[in-house]
Amino acid sequence: MTTEIAVRVEDKLFQNRYLVDVGQAHIKVRPHTTPSPALLALLKACPAHCYELNSNGQVEIAADGCVECGTCRVIAAPGGDIEWSYPRGGYGVLFKFG
Amino acid sequence: MIEERFDAIVVGAGMAGNAAAFTLANRGLKVLQIERGEYAGSKNVQGAILYADMLEKMIPNFREDAPLERHLVEQRFWMMDERAHTGLHYRSDDFNEERPNRYTIIRAQFDRWFSSKVQEAGAIVLCETTVKELIKDAYGRVIGVLTDRDGGEVHADVVVLAEGVNGLLGTKADLREIPKPENVALAVKEMHFLPRETIESRFNLKGDEGTVIEAAGTISRGMAGMGFIYANKESISVGIGCLVSDFQKTGETPYDLLERFKRHPSVAPLLEGSEVKEYAGHLIPEGGYNAVPKLYGDGWVVVGDAAQLNNFVHREGSNLAMTSGRLAAEAIFQVKSRKDPMTAQNLSLYKAMLDNSFVMKDLKKYKDMPGLLHIQSQNFFLTYPQLVSKAMQNFVRVDGTPKVEKEKVTLKSFVAARSWAGLFGDAIKFARAWR
Repeated sequence: MTTEIAVRVEDKLFQNRYLVDVGQAHIKVRPHTTPSPALLALLKACPAHCYELNSNGQVEIAADGCVECGTCRVIAAPGGDIEWSYPRGGYGVLFKFG
Repeated sequence: MIEERFDAIVVGAGMAGNAAAFTLANRGLKVLQIERGEYAGSKNVQGAILYADMLEKMIPNFREDAPLERHLVEQRFWMMDERAHTGLHYRSDDFNEERPNRYTIIRAQFDRWFSSKVQEAGAIVLCETTVKELIKDAYGRVIGVLTDRDGGEVHADVVVLAEGVNGLLGTKADLREIPKPENVALAVKEMHFLPRETIESRFNLKGDEGTVIEAAGTISRGMAGMGFIYANKESISVGIGCLVSDFQKTGETPYDLLERFKRHPSVAPLLEGSEVKEYAGHLIPEGGYNAVPKLYGDGWVVVGDAAQLNNFVHREGSNLAMTSGRLAAEAIFQVKSRKDPMTAQNLSLYKAMLDNSFVMKDLKKYKDMPGLLHIQSQNFFLTYPQLVSKAMQNFVRVDGTPKVEKEKVTLKSFVAARSWAGLFGDAIKFARAWR
């Protein structure tokens, strides 16, 4: 099992139910020029692959597919790299099974 | 929003919150429960196994209408390497009893049912409402919550924080810290649907019998973690979780890990042909006894995952959550009955009750286990599983080698990998942490 496995997280998230609060991102990345190690860790650790590097090498978030686990909060909120709040009541991921 | 004042506000409608709200309302207190999801359960994620005893203490006849999947008659532990698993398998017809001990459940459905019982008991349940912060008075006592509804302040004598592992309110109000990456695991899980008969034949089950498989080894790629496979009626919950600090260190991705686990030759045939209907991610408290924060203060108590109450050795969490919610409610009821104020001193009764229960006793028993397994994860999750697998293959493969020589090979492989001192050290440390 040393072969690389290509998984598209987008395909997985497609099965989920979301109510997106348009224009109200519940997670914000602090503006930066060079990302901290904590921020860079989120590129891999986020289970919904919400974090990506932009063309300037900065970490950006698109939180629409967020499953609200809090992994990024645990890694990057204490250092102030991200700001984490809950989506407005009723919005965000809505688990059918959980 | 709501003008009136409540005896208690419960934040969150998971296992802990529902147990607290149910017990408080059942004791006649005026309770408001606030849940940010569309309905109770829509934000909650678990494997999931329900432990009957803790629910029976509140709702003795729950089996009549609760949405239960399968009662467990069997437990399998798998120690895995890349192509094999060495299993320990316990199955007993004793578990086909009138009042089974453990069930698989689907949380979104179960929590919705539990919430209906909370409402029948008389609590007001307000969904689609996010609590933004705790309201404190000039003395720092918690006196209510601020929600995201219009005019969203609500006041109560006590606030029960059942906000889950990722609870923001308590940390915002400096009642506890954000969990450390080494004290929480990230688990990802998929729901695989198959016809009931297919599940029953693949897992060797009859009727509503169920089984769970818990797996550790090279599947976590040297990280401290475990995989799981739970048989529901018409679906299989399959997932894997590892410490967040390990994900951080290794750069492994959770979805690759899950994919590898699903493709393992021991797992793939169980899932073949299934339809995946959901992908979830969730944190699990893993810090044990030493990571439990302060549990009460002036006007507040914290219960369940928010308080890190999880026994990771036995994979028990929802029952600790339920019990802590119920005990917090009993403590509040007692303080209230004496007409005493909800001060930290009076609410310390909750901590005393919890200390006296299996919750804290079990956590205390394994207080050194997180340190051992998490710091030496390479040995326990990679080296030993590989050694055991090699040893098992050597034991069962018949190839003309005399048994004495086979045993020598196995022994040598253990000593080469861990040295005599390492082997003895690991055994002693493990025994100590278990004691």
